[in-house]
Amino acid sequence: MADEPLVLGIETSCDETGVGIVRGTTLLADAVASSVNDHARFGGVVPEIASRAHLEAMVPTIQRALDTAGVKASDLDGIAVTAGPGLAGALLVGVSAAKAYAWALDKPLYGVNHLASHICVDQLEHGRLPEPTMALLVSGGHSSLLLSGDITSDVRPLGATIDDAAGEAFDKVARVLGLGFPGGPVVDRMAREGDGRAIAFPRGLNNAGDPAYDFSFSGLKTAVARWVEAKRRAGEPVPVADVAASFQEAVTDVLTRKAVRACKDNDVDHLMIGGGVAANSRLREMAQQRCDKAGIVLRVPRPGLCTDNGAMVAALGAEMVWRDRTPSSFDLSADSSLPVTETHVPHTDFHAHAHEALK
Amino acid sequence: MLLLAFDTATPAVTAAVHDGERVLAESYEVDARRHGELLLPTIDAVLRTAGVDKRQLTDLAVGVGPGPYTGLRVGLVTAAALGDALGLPVHGVCTLDAIAHQARTEGLDGAFTVATDARRKEVYWASYDASGARVSGPAVDRPAEIEPGERTVGAGALLYGLPAASGPEHVSAGALADFAVRELAAGRELLPNAPLYLRRPDAQVPAGYKAVLPA
Ligand SMILES: [Zn+2]
Repeated sequence: MADEPLVLGIETSCDETGVGIVRGTTLLADAVASSVNDHARFGGVVPEIASRAHLEAMVPTIQRALDTAGVKASDLDGIAVTAGPGLAGALLVGVSAAKAYAWALDKPLYGVNHLASHICVDQLEHGRLPEPTMALLVSGGHSSLLLSGDITSDVRPLGATIDDAAGEAFDKVARVLGLGFPGGPVVDRMAREGDGRAIAFPRGLNNAGDPAYDFSFSGLKTAVARWVEAKRRAGEPVPVADVAASFQEAVTDVLTRKAVRACKDNDVDHLMIGGGVAANSRLREMAQQRCDKAGIVLRVPRPGLCTDNGAMVAALGAEMVWRDRTPSSFDLSADSSLPVTETHVPHTDFHAHAHEALK
Repeated sequence: MLLLAFDTATPAVTAAVHDGERVLAESYEVDARRHGELLLPTIDAVLRTAGVDKRQLTDLAVGVGPGPYTGLRVGLVTAAALGDALGLPVHGVCTLDAIAHQARTEGLDGAFTVATDARRKEVYWASYDASGARVSGPAVDRPAEIEPGERTVGAGALLYGLPAASGPEHVSAGALADFAVRELAAGRELLPNAPLYLRRPDAQVPAGYKAVLPA
């Protein structure tokens, strides 16, 4: 498939400097430099530390990706980059680098949406996305239910968290239990030793009148903290594994129930789950059971593609080239709150002309 | 030699092309919040004005600060990426040195101090002797804490009323390019393409586990 577009993608929206290279829907390289260890002692991502790390890692990570893929920069058909949403200063490093490479190499530039990229990455694992696809994106930064009719142009938000992201709740509960940062993997590991039904933690936005597709994890997080603290005050040992398992059960129960309901309500028979929390073993297991029961095909990329990476940006960039979408201009800006409906940031000359014509 | 220079360490977004003898074209626009948007179009425009194709370039020079970080990084990562993609050496220049060079070119002589706005009531500063050599700095301090020369230059000097303060306020890439060309011609090494942050990153360490029950 040598005629499929060869695209390099750059992702710097948070703490991972990711550079991926794909040809069509085939992954050729996925280079990542992470500053996660620099943030660990702060219990969360420190924006300035992330931005400094991106600057240092940017060009070496691009060189590593090109080496791994065995392609020359001049062979590329386009350069894609996360234009938003994300940390403003971190995004700016990636956007500036992408512009410089695109300009120097005379390649089209595609500023793309981070959330749409999380969905599109599944093409590298399971082939082209069915249309429509329902997507549940869960990570430290997002918890969203999205309906995608065309990943390059039509992504509609159905629901999102009204407070904490799911991954944030994992981080905070891990901190309460003294398990360290990031919380996702360690809570998952602990939970395997525990009983998910041991403690009945609350499910957020779970009542009849509540928004069907929105999430809330703040109340759950507080409930876990209160429960643990009450134990400590009473001088009793905290059953860490049971707390982790019961918390995880509450999160995955709400996520999968709402995702399956969204599929049914909208007559969608494919569900993809992405974002860092998609690596959670209980979430995968429960989603599989509930999708099987509802006759929904579940698509979850392997964990390495679920977390933030450059391959997902390259995957969406390749789709942009494939579908002949309008590239971005060189005054592309990083937009920390880019709406998910803006799958990419095409240059606006057409609009400018339209405005001229109206005068 | 065909050198492309740019700087994003001050509120100016500025780029210039230098042929080893003189500045062929220069662009200078003050917009502290839009470095990211403006830099690449500015570079593209300045090369067109100079009539130079990017593939003809032989060197890049970039201001490595000190300056507010977010803007500063735009210039540095752009320089690193262009250097890699075009196969060009990247020469780092202390932005304050370029401002001093410009002030001297515009007629200021004797010893003086350059100070730019570091925000948070501080200035980035460096002092130069009558021969133009940097004798102290670059550093970041409160204006009252530094001992400036009898004359001072730059937006920080003007903002805080340092002695006999005057322009240039910000750096211009033409001066930066000229400084780089002269240093290279004199056989002196320029700086690596690495930021002069001068401050440690802001980071609040959470004070342990916070109780949620009323105390
Ligand atoms: Zn993400």
